[in-house]
Amino acid sequence: MSTYRKETVPIPVPSPITQPFWDATKEHRLLLQTCDSGHIFYYARSHCPNCLSSQLEWVEASGRGKLYSYTVAWREQSPDFAADVPYIIAAITLDEGPRMTSLLVETKPEDVEIDGAVELVWDDVSPEISMPYFRPVAKVGAA
Amino acid sequence: MTFRNKTAIAGIGETEFSKNSGRSTLHMACEAILAALADAGLQPNDIDGIIKMSANDDIQEIDLLRSLGLSNLRVFHDVPHGGGAACGTVTGAARAIAAGAADVIVCFRSLNERSERRFGYSKVGGGVGGYMAYNIPMGFVTPAQWVAMFGQRYLHDFGWTTEEFGHLAILIRKHASTNPHAMMYNREIDMEDYLNARWITEPLRLFDCTLDTDGACAVVVVSAEKAKQLKSQPAYIAGAAQGTGSRTQMMTSYQRPSISTLEEATATANEVYRIAELDPSRIDQANLYDHFTPMVLMTLESYGFAPRGKAPDLVRSGRLGLDGDLPLNPHGGHLGDGYLHGFSHILEGVRQIRGTANNQVKRSVKTTLATSGTGVPTSAIILSSEAY
Ligand SMILES: [Zn+2]
Repeated sequence: MSTYRKETVPIPVPSPITQPFWDATKEHRLLLQTCDSGHIFYYARSHCPNCLSSQLEWVEASGRGKLYSYTVAWREQSPDFAADVPYIIAAITLDEGPRMTSLLVETKPEDVEIDGAVELVWDDVSPEISMPYFRPVAKVGAA
Repeated sequence: MTFRNKTAIAGIGETEFSKNSGRSTLHMACEAILAALADAGLQPNDIDGIIKMSANDDIQEIDLLRSLGLSNLRVFHDVPHGGGAACGTVTGAARAIAAGAADVIVCFRSLNERSERRFGYSKVGGGVGGYMAYNIPMGFVTPAQWVAMFGQRYLHDFGWTTEEFGHLAILIRKHASTNPHAMMYNREIDMEDYLNARWITEPLRLFDCTLDTDGACAVVVVSAEKAKQLKSQPAYIAGAAQGTGSRTQMMTSYQRPSISTLEEATATANEVYRIAELDPSRIDQANLYDHFTPMVLMTLESYGFAPRGKAPDLVRSGRLGLDGDLPLNPHGGHLGDGYLHGFSHILEGVRQIRGTANNQVKRSVKTTLATSGTGVPTSAIILSSEAY
């Protein structure tokens, strides 16, 4: 049962490398990876894309970031998402640096602001996986 | 030393472009290849190489071997990454022939993208693996959506509005409107049409998006020396190149420092100009991959025709029209002629050099540039009327 979508498919299929990432989503924790040189990256990999180190650890993201870009899907382009249009697909630059794709929820297309602050929300789409989505951070002083 | 002008396109062939070809992609591929051979004055048995791009098309070399009665191929490759591959097939042919590995190489594209398998609509269903596990379950399903993200950031970074996409769509559709081969023949649009058309995926409206098309195109590549002996005027391959960028995914490379520029197009531009020993000022006419308007703006910038963020000024200047000094997609491109994944742009360059295009441009054309798919590993060729 999804909070933000009409359907709960398609859902990600974890691989050996991505399994810890998706496992953590059940606990509503968004995981990034960091290497022994301190590079932080998303998505899950076997080696750091900056220095190729394989000495990696998982770190939890703050869940805060800025909207880098977005598109409003006004027209159904897949039957899986037909019931959800219009919906807002987003590229989020996390405060930690990495950029990820997600859905922008709890807002309207006309209110979206590029570079605006966003925060993580979770959508429990299956017993195994929750999806990390984002919503705009309410502005201080806004009604 | 490079392979500059060591090879040439000696023949071109194509089918009609339509919404329903009524025949198989193999059937159309054979038609286009036979037409290209006839254009060059060659026979099927002369072919000793086939280089193809197979994304969304299942034709194998062995299918063509049987269908064209061939038995001896010395070179056969498949170039990956969808529309980014088109000029890459010709690049591979030019390299192979210059290296003495083959004499006559056919490159082709054949699609029933409108009647059989549409790019613009896809059922995903249950589960998604690989890096697309991070994209597709987010509702991120089609090339239009993937490209829209680039377009939105481009508008933001440089302070433009979607009207700039509109000016480009209107220009290319104007060219298509006077090309009888084009799917959008006689169907010019104006800014009112553009702005009133429905959103597909904001900031892209209907006329920002290419037309799913059925059709086929083929070219025959031979050595420059051989081309001089053949039936049609050669278009010498002055430059040919492939290129990639950082943190590359199929059209979703958003982890790059910036997505308001096309890293792989810039890399390919540098390489194709290096091989051809030309700079952008020497290009007489450009056929740029136009599946979606924002990417054409960024392509104009990557290939050095406009400073970064300034392509909309170039589009508005009139220089890209049929009577301008850098006519763009005179055939009507993928937005108006039809979406043959970069291949029709190669054919148009050859026609402009020969002076046989339906919309022959006003200026003399000695060099043309063709570019291939954007947002993916890509390719480009520069054709020349002379083997300088
Ligand atoms: Zn590292």
